[in-house]
Formats: sequence, C-alpha cells, structure tokens
Amino acid sequence: MTGGGRILLLLGLLLAMPAAALAQQGRAAATRGPAPADAPLITDLSAHLIAITSSFTGTDLLLFGAIDEPGDIVVVVRGPTSAAVVRRKEPIAGLWLTRRSASFDGVPGFYVVTSSRPLAEIAPSTLLSRLQIGIDSLRFRFTGSGIIEDLPDFRDALIRQKRREGLYQQSVGDVDFLGPKLFRTAISFPATAPVGTYQAEVYLIRDERIIAAQSTPLFIDKQGFEQEVYEFSRAEPAVYGLIAVLVAMLSGWLAAVVFRKN
Amino acid sequence: MQIYLPIAEMSVSIWLPLGLGAAVGYLSGLFGVGGGFLLTPLLIFIGVPPPVAVAASANQVVASSVSAVYAHWRKGNVDFKMGAVLLAGGLAGSGFGAYLFAVLKRIGQLDAVIALSYVVILGLIGSLMMTDSIRLLLRSRRPAAAPPPRRRRMNDHPLIRALPLKLRFRKSQLYISALLPIALGFVVGILAAIMGVGAGFMLVPAMIYLLGMPTAVVIGTSLMQIIFVTANVTMLHAISTQTVDLTLVLLLVAGSVIGAQYGVRHGARLRGEQIRGLLAALVLGVAIALATQLVIPPDDAYFLESGLR
Repeated sequence: MTGGGRILLLLGLLLAMPAAALAQQGRAAATRGPAPADAPLITDLSAHLIAITSSFTGTDLLLFGAIDEPGDIVVVVRGPTSAAVVRRKEPIAGLWLTRRSASFDGVPGFYVVTSSRPLAEIAPSTLLSRLQIGIDSLRFRFTGSGIIEDLPDFRDALIRQKRREGLYQQSVGDVDFLGPKLFRTAISFPATAPVGTYQAEVYLIRDERIIAAQSTPLFIDKQGFEQEVYEFSRAEPAVYGLIAVLVAMLSGWLAAVVFRKN
Repeated sequence: MQIYLPIAEMSVSIWLPLGLGAAVGYLSGLFGVGGGFLLTPLLIFIGVPPPVAVAASANQVVASSVSAVYAHWRKGNVDFKMGAVLLAGGLAGSGFGAYLFAVLKRIGQLDAVIALSYVVILGLIGSLMMTDSIRLLLRSRRPAAAPPPRRRRMNDHPLIRALPLKLRFRKSQLYISALLPIALGFVVGILAAIMGVGAGFMLVPAMIYLLGMPTAVVIGTSLMQIIFVTANVTMLHAISTQTVDLTLVLLLVAGSVIGAQYGVRHGARLRGEQIRGLLAALVLGVAIALATQLVIPPDDAYFLESGLR
C-alpha cells in the first residue's frame, strides 16, 4: 500500500468512525453477539479475507478501534495451529548430520503481538501466560516420546525460525493513538502465511486487569487458479499427477518440434 | 515480477524458476543427464521446501528429457531395445528403493543417507570420469606417443561373456547378456528413488564403461529411460506426498525446453571425451559443494522441517 493510500484510508476511517460505532450492533452480531451499547472497546479490521492469488506477495491489514476508557491496548493475531518438527544437526566424524529432533503440536503458523507499552509493564506474567500473550508465553505441546533434556533449546529454535520468516512478530509501541480514543495498528502478513482461520484479539488493560476484549475472525484463502490447483491436487492426486506428467511430456515435445522447424 | 506458488506456498520472482529451468535444460541437452541432481539442490537453495523441490525436479526432468530425446531420436541415436531392457530393471529397482526410503525414514537416518550418498556417488563417478577424459584428451594432443594398451571394458570379462540371455543390440553394436543392463537399471533405480533424481549422471558413465556402448547412442538412450523413471517418481509424489507444484513446474519447463534445444546443438559440436570431461567437472563441482555444506558448521544447528500439510 502506498503512503498516499494509507493516508486516504486513514481519513476515511476517521470520518467513518461515528458511523462504525453506530453500526457496531450489526457487525458485532457476526462476531460475538450483540455488544452492550456502552462497550468500552470497539475494533475492526480493514479486511476480513485475504485472498491469495498468483501475484500475492504478502499484505498489510489495518486493525483499528476506539476505547471509551483509558488503558493500554494489546493486539494479538493468531494463525491456525499445526504440528512442527525441529531437527538438530550435530557433528559426527566431522560431518554435520541431523541427529535429534523434537516434535511439537499446537504451534501457531502465524503469531503477531503488539502493545502500546512493554507487555511486562501492562499485565502480570500469570495473565500473559494464561492467555498466551507474547511469544514467550506461547505453549507448544511436546508430542515426541522420551525425555529431551534441552527441550527449551528446540522450542527457542522453532521460534527463532518463525521470527526469521516474519511469521512471528512482537513489537512495542506500534499501536498508534489518534487522540485519546482512537487507535490503529498495521498487521503485516508475509507470503508464507498459512491459509486458514485467524483470530485478531484486542485487549484493553488497565491496572493489570482486562477491562474489555474483542476477537475478530480473519480468513486467508487461496483464490482463482491457485485455489483450483491446490484443491485438485488434494481431491484427485492420481489424475493431478498424470496431468503433470502429460503436460511436461507435451511441452517438451512441442518445444522440440518448434525448434526443429527453425 | 513475483508469482505465488500454490503448493510450495511461497512467492518468488518469475525469472528465478525460468532461469533455473533454462540452465538445467541446457545441461540436460548437452550431457544427456536429466539435471535433477542440480535442480533439486538449487531449488532448495532458493527456499523451496525440499519435498516440493524433489517433486518439481522430477516433473521438469520429464519435459526436458522428452525435448532432448526428440533431437537425439531424429539423429537415430536412441537404442530403444536397450532402453526398454534398462527400464525393466529400473522400475523394479525404484520400487525396492522406495521401500528402502521408507525404512530409512522410520529409523531416522534418511537425511544422513541422502546427503552422504550424493557426496560419495557424485564424487566417485565425477573423479572416475575426470581421470578418464583427461587421459583421453592428453593422448589426442600427443599423437606421437606410443598408443596405450586397449582398455578392457567390463563386458570383455570372460565371466560376463558367460552370462545367459544374450541379446543383440544393433544400435549399440553389442551382443551381451540382458542381465547386465537389467542389473544396471536396478541399481540406478534404487539410487534414483533414494536420491530423488533421474540418475542420468550415473547411467551415462555406466553405459559407457560397464556396457561398452558408443557415447553418441548412450545419451539418447539414457534420456529415454530417464523419461519413464521421472514420470514414475512424479506420479508417486503426486499421490503420496502431494507436493507437485504445477505453477513451479510450468515455469521450470518453459525455461528448460528452450535450454535443452541449445544444449543438444552445442553438444553436437563437441567430441565425446570433451562432453565427458565437462560432465565430470560439473558432477565433481556439485559433489564438492554438497560436501562443503556437510563439513562447514551451520549458522543455526536447528532447522524446522518444512511444515507441509
């Protein structure tokens, strides 16, 4: 999104904000049922569906909202969870080979947390841990057998890798306040963000207590040719494979014939 | 210009797979190898998850081999009878190789075996071919030197001559036991299944040194066998791992079919021992690059197994 586009969108959002507040009743019904008229926290996303098409290179979404009471804002976006295997290379007779591995379950494919102040200053660690707010509070279930003494190292390596790919992000101060009530933050999704259902959670926290929370679903899905290819490869793998082989043979033959004529 | 790969679930510049395809296609036309042993590591290097890289390489090798074999076939350089006998052994071998693959995976040593077999086999074959072509090149430079004794090919050995099931391979000017090419196809099939490549780089020297086929016929014939082996591998991956990325394959194929044509043309201008010397250098280069990766301590000892669902 260009800078100009961002400013235009922001202006639009500011103008639309009173209307959005009025329309909240209807929209909230889709997410969490009717919110009380004096809800201290109202939030929404600039889009609820990210479509992956052939030109998809990742995208930014705007999460915005309004608060009725002062406090700190914590935004957490969680992607679909899956299993993950971390392997460790060790030198064996001078060669770096894969030796040990640890498998985890319940690993979110995407996890972004951003807050108006450092998490430790906003809320007690018990609260953060219970709600799995902050990358350090994420709980992965170890699913392997036996005891791995350096299991935390494997867990750290998993997080390190996800952070490198931009799939896990944690930041402080990226929540912009526009006056005392309005706030917004940009969430960036890399091209490798997994497809599935995401949850965008916003917490309003004051005096180490949660005043209000709202959760909004978000979907990332493949569309068009990408979706068709993906679904076909799952639904009819043998036919898909046959097509892949035939396409390769045909294009190889075609190229050979075309080049012979030249 | 970026393009999203639906199965690899990543976004790459469109020129990257096109360029890789063209480079590998050129080499496949020049040497008669599928190029999978080059393409798989290169795809992994640009960030494609390994299972997707293996499947895509196999699939694109089908295309580049068809394209290259056509040119060889028109020159009459394909021994279909030999190709069919090799293939019979190859299909049986790749079936057994797939079983070995599963066993190694269960005992957790698959990665080590794949890495080591790449280095050992590429290194061994590369050095053998390199010594041989250097000797031949030196000899052709010094015609005055006394001619060395005629090199005994494997198929001259009395024990091998005694094998039953003798067949006449007219194109290859050979009259040998069918058991030889069947055994060769079987061994290459095992390695192909474990290493996930068409294994032309092993087949070509083996056909020259073990079977004693003329170099010109070897390339076309090995390409023919590679088409079927890689088509089989593509099918297996589409069904079992579901990692065949058609978008990636189409881009690789578009680059490779064009590259392969230039490869065949340039190959026709080179002498047999020159082609073998260049292929030896390439195979050795890949072996050294892979060995370096094994020896140098990685930046991060931990890595995440690609989370393909």
